[in-house]
Amino acid sequence: MKPRQTGWFVKLCAFFALTYLTVPILVIIPLAINSSDYLRFPPQGISLRWFMTVLESSAWMGSAAVSLQIALTSTLLGVSLSMLAAVALVRARIRFKQAVYALILLPMIVPNIISAIAMFFFFADIQLGSGSLAIIIGHTVLAVPVSVIILCATLQGVDSRLESAALSLGADRFTAFRRITLPLIAPGIASAAIFAFLSSFDELVIALFMASPSTQTLPVRIWNAVLFQLDPTIAAVSTLLILVSALCLVAANTLSMRFKARM
Amino acid sequence: MIQSTKPFVSRGGTELRLEGVTKLYAGTAAVDRLDLTVAQGEFVTLLGASGSGKTTTLMMLAGFTQADSGRISIGGRDVTALPPGKRNLGVVFQNYSLFPHLTVAQNLAFPLEMRKLGRAEIKDAVLRALEIVHLPDKAERYPRELSGGQQQRVALARAIIFHPQALLMDEPLGALDKNLREHMQIEIKRLHASLGATIVFVTHDQEEALTMSNRVAVMDNGKIAQIASPRAIYEEPLNRFVASFIGQSNFLPGKVLGGRGDGFVVQLTTGDKLNCRGPHQPAPGDEVLAVVRPEHIAVYREAQIDGHRKTISGKVVDTLYLGHTIKLEVCLADGTRLMTQSTSAALDGVVPPPGSAVQLDLGSRSIWCIPAVEEAK
Repeated sequence: MKPRQTGWFVKLCAFFALTYLTVPILVIIPLAINSSDYLRFPPQGISLRWFMTVLESSAWMGSAAVSLQIALTSTLLGVSLSMLAAVALVRARIRFKQAVYALILLPMIVPNIISAIAMFFFFADIQLGSGSLAIIIGHTVLAVPVSVIILCATLQGVDSRLESAALSLGADRFTAFRRITLPLIAPGIASAAIFAFLSSFDELVIALFMASPSTQTLPVRIWNAVLFQLDPTIAAVSTLLILVSALCLVAANTLSMRFKARM
Repeated sequence: MIQSTKPFVSRGGTELRLEGVTKLYAGTAAVDRLDLTVAQGEFVTLLGASGSGKTTTLMMLAGFTQADSGRISIGGRDVTALPPGKRNLGVVFQNYSLFPHLTVAQNLAFPLEMRKLGRAEIKDAVLRALEIVHLPDKAERYPRELSGGQQQRVALARAIIFHPQALLMDEPLGALDKNLREHMQIEIKRLHASLGATIVFVTHDQEEALTMSNRVAVMDNGKIAQIASPRAIYEEPLNRFVASFIGQSNFLPGKVLGGRGDGFVVQLTTGDKLNCRGPHQPAPGDEVLAVVRPEHIAVYREAQIDGHRKTISGKVVDTLYLGHTIKLEVCLADGTRLMTQSTSAALDGVVPPPGSAVQLDLGSRSIWCIPAVEEAK
């Protein structure tokens, strides 16, 4: 059978939908390569000076380092925890599986601000206060739902009989998991990590609540800059952030395509 | 074909034994107080429909499923509580279960690495195993690059490479097409003969069970309905289930008149008398069912008398013309219906029309009878 041709109307709808989704994001780029001292659209002249300002600013670069550190740590923690949860949810026979799954997804459903307020008071209660550790814990909680969803889906695609085969060939459970299951779900782990990383790297609300003067993440610094010093630096930072996110997504896509070609 | 001198599957004392093994799923017994002994070097097939407990039995032997009660031993050693990896059994799965991210050689090396063998030793063993399954040039291929039959052979090689005590196979040929399946049946039989391996084979294909096994265990409802040689399973079924599960059977009700020689005489409800034999000598007056295979009935147009033997008369109800064979549904005097199957040649290519009278000859040998009422187990 010949694949059905996509009609012009569908194509048109798709075009508008994509435009609607991307244009507001892309508008930031001309603002960033603006030579003017103010945020202007259309830009007055082309210049990379605002990028230089950002890259030379110790405050912006410090925030980038903080964001990176927090994102990497919470990714590591979040994905590790999610892996344990996913193996239990997919492979083990446990009661109330659906309820446990729903509970794990809760941080994604509850508005971030609610989680942030709850954590804020809880951390104050247990004398954790604000700072990197608090943000890392908060972001780990946010990273778990998306990682669990991805890892569960990946794990479901791996035939559990492969593990049985490994067991029958003399492996213990841990070895079977490490030698057979883990390599097979590696692409899933990678994409879970990428999404966990992005969920932390982009996150504002929790970081805003938990930020101390020395732990301003990039989104927090952007937020403050928008409030107090509206100039094209923000556009440049935003452009850089978009670039990082886009690179992450391309990486995730490439990984999954290479994986599909291999299997 | 086999170049190695060292046997791949160990020959010594690898008898498998299940004693009173039970597995419950949600309160119902998938396997019910099952006793089974597989002798060293024996090829036993568990044959049954899905849900009969055959795969559960195999999985309990392999150690993937824990028995709720009973005892499992391998070569006299109690393994009931041992995990699969410690039982040293080669398992071939229905879908091959080759590791997709490893090459053929790496797949074969896996069990040897688990046993901490040296690199050189592993390399030698892998080459030898590949020779045995006639795939010496496929070592560096990935499973997805092989055909179904080749994958099957790699799975087989991986299951025997670590000298297991026995081989367990769960419908290993189910996914292959008919020609390949017959080819693999022969290869597995040859492997069995040359390795002297103890093999437990699970299938729902009765022909496969009959051609390959030393003994066939017909399973029904978590129990073994009968375990015997393929010939005995077919010719001397112990009960109605086995008689109708393996091939087709007609059941003719009758009453035992008395003993005669090794067997006994049965009077059918049609009044006809038959020389019979059965699993045990019944008492006069016992109700029995004569088990008659459709292909063992000769169909004539006129009555035939040969000494004491007389044909049974009946009326054709329905006919089925298949070219090489002709099947008739015949109604006897007492209303019993039975199926006959004759070669076209035996009937001179003529199909008796429905309503016509025929004479049936059940053959000169004594007819196998089973008790009409089966004692509850």
